[in-house]
Amino acid sequence: MSTRQAHSDAARIDPHSKTRTTGHEWDGIEELDTPLPRWWVITFYATILWSIGYFIAYPALPTLSGGTQGLIGWHSRASVARDMEQLSEIRGPVLERLANAPLEEIEARPQLLSAVRALGAAAFANNCAGCHGAGAQGAKGYPNLNDDDWLWGGKLADIRRTIEHGVRWDADKETRSETMPAFGRDGMLDAKQISIVADQLRAMAKLPGGKASAQGAKLFDDNCSVCHGVDGKGNHDMGAPNLTDALWLFGSDKETIASRIANGGGGVMPAWKDRLDEPTIKALTIYVHTLGGGE
Amino acid sequence: MTSADMGKAKSSSLYAPRKAIYPKEVEGEFRRIKWGLLAFTLSVYYLLPFVRWDRGPSAPSQAVLVDFPHRRFYFFFIEIWPQEVYYLTGLLILAALVLFLMNALAGRVWCGYLCPQTVWTDLYLAAERWIEGDARERARKDAGPRSTKIWREKIAKHALWLAIAWWTGGAWVLYFADAPTLVYKLATFQPGISEAYIWIGILTFTTYMLAGHMREQVCLYMCPWPRIQAALTDEYALNVTYRYDRGEPRMSLKQASALRLAGAPAGDCVDCGQCVAVCPTGVDIRKGASLGCVQCGLCIDACDAVMAKIGRSARLIAYDTQMNCERRGKGEAPVYKPLRARTIIYAALILAIGALMTLRLATREDAALSVLHDRNPLAVTLKDGSIRNAYTIRFANMSAEPRRFLLETSGVEDAEVEIVGVEPDAEGRMIVGVGADQTRETRVLVTWRGARRAKGQTPILFTSKELESDASVTMRDVFVTP
Ligand code: SF4
Ligand code: SF4
Repeated sequence: MSTRQAHSDAARIDPHSKTRTTGHEWDGIEELDTPLPRWWVITFYATILWSIGYFIAYPALPTLSGGTQGLIGWHSRASVARDMEQLSEIRGPVLERLANAPLEEIEARPQLLSAVRALGAAAFANNCAGCHGAGAQGAKGYPNLNDDDWLWGGKLADIRRTIEHGVRWDADKETRSETMPAFGRDGMLDAKQISIVADQLRAMAKLPGGKASAQGAKLFDDNCSVCHGVDGKGNHDMGAPNLTDALWLFGSDKETIASRIANGGGGVMPAWKDRLDEPTIKALTIYVHTLGGGE
Repeated sequence: MTSADMGKAKSSSLYAPRKAIYPKEVEGEFRRIKWGLLAFTLSVYYLLPFVRWDRGPSAPSQAVLVDFPHRRFYFFFIEIWPQEVYYLTGLLILAALVLFLMNALAGRVWCGYLCPQTVWTDLYLAAERWIEGDARERARKDAGPRSTKIWREKIAKHALWLAIAWWTGGAWVLYFADAPTLVYKLATFQPGISEAYIWIGILTFTTYMLAGHMREQVCLYMCPWPRIQAALTDEYALNVTYRYDRGEPRMSLKQASALRLAGAPAGDCVDCGQCVAVCPTGVDIRKGASLGCVQCGLCIDACDAVMAKIGRSARLIAYDTQMNCERRGKGEAPVYKPLRARTIIYAALILAIGALMTLRLATREDAALSVLHDRNPLAVTLKDGSIRNAYTIRFANMSAEPRRFLLETSGVEDAEVEIVGVEPDAEGRMIVGVGADQTRETRVLVTWRGARRAKGQTPILFTSKELESDASVTMRDVFVTP
């Protein structure tokens, strides 16, 4: 059965409801043209009027040279500035306590600690997460800050210094600048020797397949122990990693290790001293220190 | 359909002006119930914020308080913390079920007796009657020319309405702050409470508009309940019903007595229109069930008065069902079935949820523990190859005394537990102090040393033991091995 739809101007008054019909009809069922309640219509027009007022009062219309400015002087930038002001007012007391507390004592003060960690977490997400990851979990070449392996030291003062001056960040004079030499590229070791040292290192770290040898031990003593220590345990002052533990910043397969020996170098971290203010650096220091408990 | 009906209609206006409704004053049983409920609900609303409840120095002493800044909700002996908002969910579910049950028993009774829209509209109507007179007088005044007296009355009425609305908004804000202090601040125009003024303004405006100017239109156009209840009700639910089996055919009193004398049947309705005159939503109940009827029962009172006057028995209009009218018309006995599958199920659910909530409340601990496992990274490998997981653990002390909690773990043998910022005591125990009515968030590092274990998750339990009472709370989480 097909639906019969008809449209005509035959609007009429429905005898039962005494209301006008629209003239639309489906299978004999017609549509009433019930008028809207007056308050509803008035509200509808009022919203239109309101929007016009809104357009005039607030910056709204784009023009060739910028845009209309509105009558009440409201500006999104001013609004943001006001919010920021309010925020620093709320944070004021915490920031003041943070500024006055020595780094070493903050962790022992529960309320300050949780406030500072919250500040630090926000600053970390904004500035550090790009390299170190949202949870400071790190990535190949970017240290994981949750573990107990600290290239440049994990004491509060060490962390603070790293944040302030960066690592191999030439623009900062006090940056941590020690760099691993490129033993292969600069002709200090040949390919065969590099392979032997790599085997030696993997043996020292007790990695499966590592091969210690007399020649390897000698090569290590002559070339590597200056920075990494006779036992290969590393040196915070030089950022020289501990070569005997389970953590390898760039990877622990032989190829990677050989390539690191051949090409040298190391990661770079910017100095934050000029970009972040003192309380933020302090908060970041505490935050990073508490991630894995620091040293 | 006659050909005259088919004629082309003239075009009509886009809007339909509201037909003014002048509900007439009425007295009777249901009106008295409504007055009683009005007095009760309004006094609860206006006075509740002033009821005191002693909770000691660390918590406010207001019986009912929504404390947004400190994220607490106080209701007499109950104190709800943010992690316990499920109590509110439970309350909402209970409220919905009670509404369903009421609906299954007696239709929209909520609308007619307890809905704030009804209560405030009633109050506004009473104020209107008090100043401008009853329905007929008001209709006459509105239709005729405006005299100074009428203007004065109108101004007085709106002033009184606004005063009630302002008082309504004023009482609202008292639920969100210490009531006596806030009243003092409001009365003396203290700075720093602009939010309170804004809320009072909003509620004054909405009360004035909804109860003063929109009245039945809220029930007809804005409220979703009539649509919902139509889907929830059934043929056994009592509704205010015109018993047409008894009332029809309607005719004048004289005609009826003449017919009855002649031994012919005549209906009881004398077509006096009183039931329509008193209806606050302008419904003619004699036309049958209607979306506009809010079940207030006032037409019952009106008709009962008429029936008493003409010496017929009361309840020509009554809480009854369409079905019963039909049955009586056919000479069958009416049926009343309050116990039906749906009412029993609703009642059982209400009892079950109510009991569950009472039980939860009665056995509620005043200490809580929440454990959040670090998501990123889930686990960390340390220099010596051992595995460490980090957790954010929050201790909540919901009592009025500062307390000390001992943190213990089980499930992962030989786990080393450190809390950042907490030194273990001489016996190596990890003790966390939490102030009265406060929480303390700690970062907990759990290190598992020893032989390499298989990848995967091991359940781990964190227990916080209250040192003095030994009461403890345990939370479960997992220790992840990568
Ligand atoms: S019809 Fe009767 S019960 Fe329904 S709203 Fe009107 S007066 Fe109240
Ligand atoms: S009040 Fe009663 S008698 Fe009067 S019109 Fe209504 S139903 Fe009929």
